[in-house]
Amino acid sequence: MDKTVQRLVDISDSAAAQSARADLVLERARWAAGEFHRYDRDRTMAVADATARAAFDKAGEYADWAVRETGFGVAAHKKIKNELSSIALVDHYRDEDFVSPRVDERAKIVEIPRPAGVIFALAPSTNPVSTIYFKILSALMTRNAIVISPHPAARECCVDAARTLARAAEEAGAPEAVIQVIEDPTIPLIDEFMRSEKTDVILATGGSAMVRAAYSSSNPAIGVGPGNAPVFVDDTADPREAARHIVKSKSFDNSVLCTNESVLITVEPAAEALKRELRKAGCHICNEEETQAVRRYLFHERGFNVEALGRDAAWIAEQAGIKVPSKTTVLVTPIELIGVDEVLSREKLCPVLGLYVARSNAQAMMQARAMLRLTGAGHSAAIHSNDTRTIMDYSAMVEVYRVVVNAPCSQGAAGFATNLAPTFTIGTGFFGRSSIGENIGPRHLVNWTRIAYHKDSDITLDAIAHTALRHPGPVPEAPSDGVPSRSAADLRPAATGAGDRDDLREEIRRIIAEELRAALKG
Amino acid sequence: MSEEKLDFLARSKKFWNPGKTQAWQDMGIDLVIDRREGYYLYDMDGQRLIDVHLNGGTYNIGHRHPELVEVLNQATAKFDMGNHHFPSLARTALAEALAACTPGDLQYTMYGSGGGEAIDIAIKTARNAMKKRKIISIEKAYHGHTGLAVKTGDERFSKLFLSEDTAGEFVQVPFNDLNAMEDALKGRDVAAVIMETIPATYGFPMPKEGYLPSVKKLCERYDALYIADEVQTGLMRCGDLWAITRYGVEPDLLVTGKGISGGMYPIACVVVSKDHAGWLKEDGFGHMSTMGGAELGCIVALKVLEIVQRPEVVSMVRYVSNFIRAGLDEIMGLYPDFFTGIRQHGVVMGLEFNHPEGAKPVMKHLYRNGVWAIFSTLDPRVLQFKPGVLMTQAMSEDLIRRVEVAIGAARREVMGAGSRRTR
Repeated sequence: MDKTVQRLVDISDSAAAQSARADLVLERARWAAGEFHRYDRDRTMAVADATARAAFDKAGEYADWAVRETGFGVAAHKKIKNELSSIALVDHYRDEDFVSPRVDERAKIVEIPRPAGVIFALAPSTNPVSTIYFKILSALMTRNAIVISPHPAARECCVDAARTLARAAEEAGAPEAVIQVIEDPTIPLIDEFMRSEKTDVILATGGSAMVRAAYSSSNPAIGVGPGNAPVFVDDTADPREAARHIVKSKSFDNSVLCTNESVLITVEPAAEALKRELRKAGCHICNEEETQAVRRYLFHERGFNVEALGRDAAWIAEQAGIKVPSKTTVLVTPIELIGVDEVLSREKLCPVLGLYVARSNAQAMMQARAMLRLTGAGHSAAIHSNDTRTIMDYSAMVEVYRVVVNAPCSQGAAGFATNLAPTFTIGTGFFGRSSIGENIGPRHLVNWTRIAYHKDSDITLDAIAHTALRHPGPVPEAPSDGVPSRSAADLRPAATGAGDRDDLREEIRRIIAEELRAALKG
Repeated sequence: MSEEKLDFLARSKKFWNPGKTQAWQDMGIDLVIDRREGYYLYDMDGQRLIDVHLNGGTYNIGHRHPELVEVLNQATAKFDMGNHHFPSLARTALAEALAACTPGDLQYTMYGSGGGEAIDIAIKTARNAMKKRKIISIEKAYHGHTGLAVKTGDERFSKLFLSEDTAGEFVQVPFNDLNAMEDALKGRDVAAVIMETIPATYGFPMPKEGYLPSVKKLCERYDALYIADEVQTGLMRCGDLWAITRYGVEPDLLVTGKGISGGMYPIACVVVSKDHAGWLKEDGFGHMSTMGGAELGCIVALKVLEIVQRPEVVSMVRYVSNFIRAGLDEIMGLYPDFFTGIRQHGVVMGLEFNHPEGAKPVMKHLYRNGVWAIFSTLDPRVLQFKPGVLMTQAMSEDLIRRVEVAIGAARREVMGAGSRRTR
């Protein structure tokens, strides 16, 4: 409608208007979820597969778009992330069934999957499209409806990606509006969505403020806190391999994955060899002055300078006023303190890596713990070592829920370079004031109704009968009487009529068979 | 019933309308609407009812829709009804919005304060344009109670007031009968045919395929205008903004009322094509109405038009109508000897019962089960069943559950205690 007409009395900013808008979107999602719940596993996976294919086909296009719109990250790496979050993601869960009941004959328990219903999903600006892909496909595999709230800084590519996936899903038979996207997210509007009773669960990936708001909404929320991954390289590690992995991780998409290494902690005997290898891998190890310049540029009084977010090392060096070769992969800044008195020991979503040399393994582990006390509790850590004892001690010390061993942490903790569940939502668990400590995946979007027989019962569960859930598929279209080919007679051939026809066919078959038999006898 | 309500009903009979007040008591409906919210009504004794009567679609988007309350409240800071003699920002804005969303070349909007008045305006406009007097409507039609509108309808509402047509200017023909329609039009003395796209008070008999477009063609052949009464069927209730476009007809005049202002401020509108709006240029003062086109009503109506045209609403209507139809089909399977048919287009539905007054006991038992739906005055076999376009999934499910219980109870009452469900 014409904006001048609406402006006569404009209520669009009122609480009533915001809440009515959220309500309408969420109620439509509720209808879609109800319809989706009627789908069986095959129909569900057909939708997920077709949507994943559409996502894969556009992986490159949206990677470019995200970099263009946000100004950060590396398009080639974003393309990989998008691809990993499409067909590969659905394939990863191919053998897990979130739709059919499961029977545990020994325990005499049958479980029926109950999708969450309506998911409200926030996406960050750092991994915008891959996060949207991941959340949408996780929702589809579990027969949930999803409402996407893009980050304002990545709004256009996110809205377009969500629409593309919604179209693909509907073309493959998904219920109408099972995927919706908020095209003009504002804080008050997002707040309405989060607080609405019609939201079943909030999947919050983003800044701390947004995640805390999700938890304060009174709705169930799966939120993830910030990262600040320590990586420990001990003197049993292969320095060349360790340096290679760390550089691969830090330079991947310019460190925008919150699983990227923040500070490299090593011990004196390993330090020199490691530095040598880091240099070989393209790192620039800053001197004291340069470190100070980077520190000043990266951290303002209010915190991390978002301008540097996802920029490459050479660009950051230039901004900080230090000279480095243009092919520099990572700026390594040696630091002597870890904690509130050293900002470079905080999370840095850019290819700048702190370097701390400890006097012993024990001291290194205490420093790793200290980093996570500062920020990033419950998130990720990495270790490069060939000593099992050290790996176990370190992992038990650091307060995180995933420790990546001898692998790049960015890709490893997110499940792409390890066998952890592939995800763009890292559960930071109790350490990180979150509800789940695993890599978030489809399994967290379903609860199960457990049918439990008496434990002393001698019943043998009939597995077939117990898996026979009714999945009638989409609700039939209601007639529009009098509209050509849309009247009740067109859309609802009388049920008995169909039965009669079947009976008739059966009768004809019987007669023919009898005639044949008679003819053969004769 | 509470003492308070008994006392109130006595006063209602004494000061308001004794006949109507008593009639409802006789039908077993002791409803006195108190609080209302969304699609819920609350009786003054506290009973909650799901409203699927909606006053003929007035509460299409729910009672006291929060955005309408907000826009009306804010509008009162600046506007009132306005002065009907002068050009007005609000009236023009709504007219512009209607021109943009109505079919074909409908352009000018004329305002009334209610549906009947709007129908009168439409008839007067057609007569002025065609320089002919005769108006054709459908047998048992209902278009309101004002001077001209009442003559288009069943005599039930005109004879009482000695207001029926005596000059042979209002002709009624059976619905879905093209021959009768052509016979009535043949004399070329007809100014307009007026039709509800789906006749509501007659229990929503559905137009046969091709009927409405053929009537429009006959109008063109015999120089008559087509007035689409979209008071009950418009505003997305049939899945499109106007039901008439679903049938492929572009009317010469379109009337909207009831739901156009969501029950928050009275207003009704007639939209007329440029070619048939002669009097607006010839003598713009020819018709006037102090309250017609009240500016507060225009502002609320603008908001209604904006809301119902949101993309979410189209799929809500589809979901609601599919779900409720599936539920009703199942109920029909349980009581096939009593609940015999469903007429449906979108959320406009008529439920047919196998008894000449079958809808009345159903209405009563629905009422006892927390649902308010009304029988069709001119065909009491049929229950008007009109869910709102924004019904929630949970409420729709609750509605179907209650309807099943109520229809079962009505069937036992009508057909005897021995009757059983079929499964």
